[in-house]
Amino acid sequence: MSYLSKLQRILDSGQFAVTAEIGPPKHASAHGVRHHAEMLVNHVDATNITDCQTAIVRMSSIAAGVHILDCGIEPIVQMTCRDRNRIAMQSDLLGAYSLGMRNVLCLSGDHQKFGNHPSSKNVYDVDSMQLIQLLARMRDEKKFFSGEEFKDHEPKFYIGAVANPFADPFEFRVDRLEKKVEAGAQFIQTQCIFDMERFERFMEMVRERGIDQRTHILAGITPLKGWRAAKYLQTGVSGMLVPDSLVERLKGAQDPKREGIEVAIEQINYIREKVKGVHGVHVMAIAWEEVVPEIVERTGLFPRPKFED
Amino acid sequence: MIIAQQKQIKEIAAMVSDCKKVALIGCAGCVTVCLSGGEKETEIMAAALRIMRKLEGNPVETITFTATRQCDPEYVEALDGVVKDADAIISLACGVGVQYLAERFDKWVVPALDTNFIGGSKVHGVWEEKCGMCGDCVLHKTGGICPIIRCSKSILNGPCGGSQYGKCEISKDVDCAWQLIYDRMKSLGKLDKLMAIQPPKDWTKSRDGGPRRAVREDVMIG
Repeated sequence: MSYLSKLQRILDSGQFAVTAEIGPPKHASAHGVRHHAEMLVNHVDATNITDCQTAIVRMSSIAAGVHILDCGIEPIVQMTCRDRNRIAMQSDLLGAYSLGMRNVLCLSGDHQKFGNHPSSKNVYDVDSMQLIQLLARMRDEKKFFSGEEFKDHEPKFYIGAVANPFADPFEFRVDRLEKKVEAGAQFIQTQCIFDMERFERFMEMVRERGIDQRTHILAGITPLKGWRAAKYLQTGVSGMLVPDSLVERLKGAQDPKREGIEVAIEQINYIREKVKGVHGVHVMAIAWEEVVPEIVERTGLFPRPKFED
Repeated sequence: MIIAQQKQIKEIAAMVSDCKKVALIGCAGCVTVCLSGGEKETEIMAAALRIMRKLEGNPVETITFTATRQCDPEYVEALDGVVKDADAIISLACGVGVQYLAERFDKWVVPALDTNFIGGSKVHGVWEEKCGMCGDCVLHKTGGICPIIRCSKSILNGPCGGSQYGKCEISKDVDCAWQLIYDRMKSLGKLDKLMAIQPPKDWTKSRDGGPRRAVREDVMIG
């Protein structure tokens, strides 16, 4: 059995995967990216490299991916549909593959209104669903997005997508996930889970339709530094659900950061024990990468699988 | 119809600050309906301009006329006599009208309006964008709600993860088009149609294919 990436190998062999996220910097030095990669190298199977998240200009996800790969971590290159048309997307993906990237995560991308270039134009030549499908066709049928055939060396990416169980309309979220799986998404990372009840309802519907058998779902976990962060996500970010009880718990904590870590650990333990159909966790410690090793160790997910070949 | 809104009078005045005699040409088409460039607005703008210039000690003479349509050579040609002595023309039409006047007259032609979108009125004084003019209508697939222009990301397989409580991630004042599509398809009993993956759009029929032209040979004369 050959695998497209290490992440696929771990997931397809039935092991519980751990991915994390590294946000590239708003400057041209790789120092911070490499520092975070070195911090995470033994504790995760792969890390997402965000693609100008919240529409703020940052180092390219592919360029940052090269640094991360160099530090020994397998990157998951995020590619949004916001900034590039299908020509630029394919060009970047060919380059990414040539540089050793093997996982791509397809997303719509945050609207540019939120970033530091709100007067820019957005592209959305293709949407995330189409990007998944076109990438799968590129690999499986050796075709460019236009249908033209590759003569040689078509990229063979392990294709991921995202799902947000907390956005609306809730009933359609499982349908849309199923569409993404039909389009070719082999792994799914969810939006940060704070409302566990809603996530469990979502997973119940996923299991009823057997979607968890056709893709690997990784639950998104975000440790929060304090109640203000929770409140911000609750009120300031569309598509997030943060229960008041979590805000209150962090507010009442003597050491809010410690409490945030404890919450994340509890969530992971709960999901592993109680929520069937989840095949891994995606820990998004936003600007707080240093807590990931502790979370991984204390949830019994350490050490991570190693492969000799 | 085309929805357009007036620029600030200061901005318009600055475009013709060196002119002594200015023709203000309104349009009786869309911009009359959306209350930005009809006969009434043309007269008011001319008066405002005259007052401004008088106060500045640099008086200007104005000529006003409202064309039946500025997007039709027939009505533009009829303006020959009206603009004859003017140093400049201020068009209160959409961008189409401004260009028709600029093509016809060897004079300084400037826009008084910003052409915003094509849409319709919601209540008196409120207009909403409804069509993205993509040249390849998909409304039969989306319950009569246009995702190209009403979704902030023009997503054909929505909704994205930023849809919450019926609103778009960009603003609580913007409805999520895909929530509307979902609700509509549900009420029509056609939710199954949303499970089809819509393929990438052929944008050649939109502006991406270059300036567009429509030809109807059956109605051409001569």
